[in-house]
Amino acid sequence: MGDISQQLAEQVKQAAETGTALAITGGGSKPFLGRGLRGQPLSLAEHTGIVSYEPVELVMTARAGTRLADIDAVLAENNQRLAFEPPRFGDTDTIGGTLAANLSGPGRPWQGSVRDHVLGLRLINGRGEHLKFGGQVMKNVAGYDASRLQAGALGTLGVITEVSLKVLPLPAMEQTLVQPMAQQQAIDTMNQLAGQPKPLSAACWYDGHLYLRLSGAATAVEATAKRWVADSGGEMNVLEDGEAFWRDLRDQRLSFFSGSEPLWRFSVNPTAALEELGERTLIDWGGAQRWSRQDESLSVMAERAARAGGQVSLFCHGDRSGEVMHPQPSPLRTIQKRLKAAFDPNGIFNPGHLYSWL
Amino acid sequence: MSVANSHETDTPRPIDGRTDFPPVYRASLADRFRRFLSPDSVITDDETIRPYECDGLSMYCEMPQMVLLPETVEQVQQIMRICHAEEVPVVARGAGTGLSAGAMPHAGGIVLSLARFNRILSIDPQARSARLQPGVRNLAISEAAARHGLYYGPDPSSQIACTIGGNVAENSGGVHCLKYGLTVHNLLSVEVVTAEGERVTIGSDGYDSCGMDLLALMTGSEGLLGIVTEVQVKLLPKPEVAQVVMAGFDTVQAAGAAVAGIIGHGIIPGGLEMMDGFAIQAAEDFAHAGYPTDAAALLLCEVDGTEEEVHDHIHQAESLFRALGATSVRTSGSEEERALLWKGRKSAFPAVGRISPDYYCMDGTIPRSQLAHVLTEMQRLSDHYGLRVANVFHAGDGNLHPLILFDANVEGEFERTEAFGGDILNLCVAVGGSITGEHGVGMEKIRQMPNQFGNLEVSQFHAIKQAFDTLGILNPGKGVPTLRQCQEYRAIGPLRQPDVAQAGEAHHG
Ligand SMILES: Cc1cc2nc3c(=O)[nH]c(=O)nc-3n(C[C@H](O)[C@H](O)[C@H](O)COP(=O)(O)OP(=O)(O)OC[C@H]3O[C@@H](n4cnc5c(N)ncnc54)[C@H](O)[C@@H]3O)c2cc1C
Repeated sequence: MGDISQQLAEQVKQAAETGTALAITGGGSKPFLGRGLRGQPLSLAEHTGIVSYEPVELVMTARAGTRLADIDAVLAENNQRLAFEPPRFGDTDTIGGTLAANLSGPGRPWQGSVRDHVLGLRLINGRGEHLKFGGQVMKNVAGYDASRLQAGALGTLGVITEVSLKVLPLPAMEQTLVQPMAQQQAIDTMNQLAGQPKPLSAACWYDGHLYLRLSGAATAVEATAKRWVADSGGEMNVLEDGEAFWRDLRDQRLSFFSGSEPLWRFSVNPTAALEELGERTLIDWGGAQRWSRQDESLSVMAERAARAGGQVSLFCHGDRSGEVMHPQPSPLRTIQKRLKAAFDPNGIFNPGHLYSWL
Repeated sequence: MSVANSHETDTPRPIDGRTDFPPVYRASLADRFRRFLSPDSVITDDETIRPYECDGLSMYCEMPQMVLLPETVEQVQQIMRICHAEEVPVVARGAGTGLSAGAMPHAGGIVLSLARFNRILSIDPQARSARLQPGVRNLAISEAAARHGLYYGPDPSSQIACTIGGNVAENSGGVHCLKYGLTVHNLLSVEVVTAEGERVTIGSDGYDSCGMDLLALMTGSEGLLGIVTEVQVKLLPKPEVAQVVMAGFDTVQAAGAAVAGIIGHGIIPGGLEMMDGFAIQAAEDFAHAGYPTDAAALLLCEVDGTEEEVHDHIHQAESLFRALGATSVRTSGSEEERALLWKGRKSAFPAVGRISPDYYCMDGTIPRSQLAHVLTEMQRLSDHYGLRVANVFHAGDGNLHPLILFDANVEGEFERTEAFGGDILNLCVAVGGSITGEHGVGMEKIRQMPNQFGNLEVSQFHAIKQAFDTLGILNPGKGVPTLRQCQEYRAIGPLRQPDVAQAGEAHHG
């Protein structure tokens, strides 16, 4: 448990003076993301500890290097959780890294993403200034939302040192339903069910099966499950260890994710057919997130994503020397370059990690 | 309004942007716009400009050089290119219901009204989303989605009039945002025309985009980073049932504890609203909703979801409120009764407006645990300033809306009201909250910004602004104070008399 922010700020100042690139790391659980890290390591692993936690306020503030496992444990004592279900790629995932990578689990369409739960943060910019944005209240529109801006920036704008998050009660009950189904029918079914006012909290298609999760008041979950099972004419069943399935999906432990073939992440219109991706596809987020394994170029994949109303990134494996993120149109590239300069005038934070040009 | 003149010297004037505007120049500029805009889209006469001089905060007003009403995105681009080249300030405007003078014109600039962008472009019931022009009214979205069993979540009280573009610019909330989120949580993408006239889409039909979250940055940026020309929102399935429990309490403290109790119990209500005694009385006289007028505080707790869930939670809420000392508990038994119970709350502003010549609506947020302290303190300030205050607020997420009652025709009363309001906002910051939960900083809360942020943060905000708007032509003077202003406001401190400052500090200490 320690606050090493002063030391971190000092290191940043020195790097800024000498123009040294810094490679920001948290728990080191996601080295495969982005285009690789180059530079002198700046580790947040020792910058840990829950700074404050008010269960009744539904707010927790933790230093960026705090491990998700430690946060979970404290929340669980109060029957609460991080509702965006952050994935764990090891035992060392930190809250700062989760936010920088904008990673959220299967419940994302219903419970929101990590950025949706961020209330505020502290950040060291490229001048070594330790800044504070947002706060610990649910609503705050003073100043620009520099907190949520960090989601997905992969540390290119600054060193996140502290994060304040909205936390939520654990659902009273969860139940998982499973039914054998072809891909297109699964996409239709997911979207159709998501349009109903029922306690659906995750929907996935994997290996020829549709998986649905219900979360909420016990009576509501049970009544809905009963009804959907009946509607399916006996095709749908309750999955006994549903929790394990969603955890494995969240943490990419299903066999789909093993191996070293390129893993593509599509964020698209939930109703898109995206037949080009073929059978080696896993559908999550009720259709809005598609995982695909194939050897293809980014430009081909990006075209497919665009036709499906969305974007693609090469999540891991494959050629990471070129771009790995969806191509940015020129005005957006200009804005992002200027934003980068606004936070990090000497370009010392994770250069080239997100885009080759940033 | 009579207060406008006396107030002028206190209002920080924008310092950047063009201020020299000889009539000849104005005429030639208008001619350039008329080359691609229809004649009725370029307004230059004072009489027609007049309605645009302020937003919902009418104490702040200013006449612009002209008002433009484009009809296509290409026209918006052309306007921006000209204004960029000429360094003419541009103030975007939706319905003008904003409450922080965000859409107040710039004396040396143009108002760019999005009023004619009022079409719902498409609704995709299957994907549960809608594409909208920015001038579409908030309520119109839910009305159009209703036939698919869907609705748009954020529901500001001004939803009959306010536009989705304005909602994006202010990150507006509503009664239901504890459970369903603010505007930022309900967007898929926006199309923006930049200060330089470029047209870009931020976000997509999918939920997450690659790289830094520009969509979140645009949301709540008060027209300072770009002109929103299209918005794609998420739609939600309409809950099967919604029921509301009304509970009266003897003290504000007890009501505050009940709010904590409900949430501590694991129930996230669709809406959780509180009113104080004064507001209860005013709302009851206006709406005849059957509110307990002898109560010191009233809670409206709406639970929505499936029939089973609502049934369970309503029971739990009722018994919890009773156990926590509610003096009266009433649950809506029908849709009519639910509407009636909400009617009082939703008409709280006009209800208060009826008992006072003018009122000033504040908007601060606090940690919920500070509620009783803040209300006690507010009463003390109310006594000090000799101004009455009615409190309605989104209790679930700690968003206060104190309504200060005043009479603009009484010499000096508006100045005292502003000072009182400033004290309330400073109090919010002191207990760990924010000077604005959903109405934005605009021109109104520029003075309080240096209280919430240090110079380093303010400088970082300016750098962000520069990344989007190198010349500073978009809504100059709003949202973020200059460093000089920060120094000035910190030096003079909040606008209050010395004895109050002491009283306030003594209490905090
Ligand atoms: C009676 C009443 C009740 C209210 N209740 C609530 C409430 O419950 N919750 C809440 O959050 N707010 C509330 N408000 C405040 C107000 O309605 C909201 O801020 C609303 O979002 C403003 O929308 P508008 O279209 O009127 O925007 P305007 O007032 O016209 O503009 C607001 C700001 O947005 C900018 N802007 C507008 N359109 C665009 C665009 N297309 N692109 C870029 N910038 C743009 C303007 O420059 C300005 O800075 C209330 C107001 C009133 C009068």
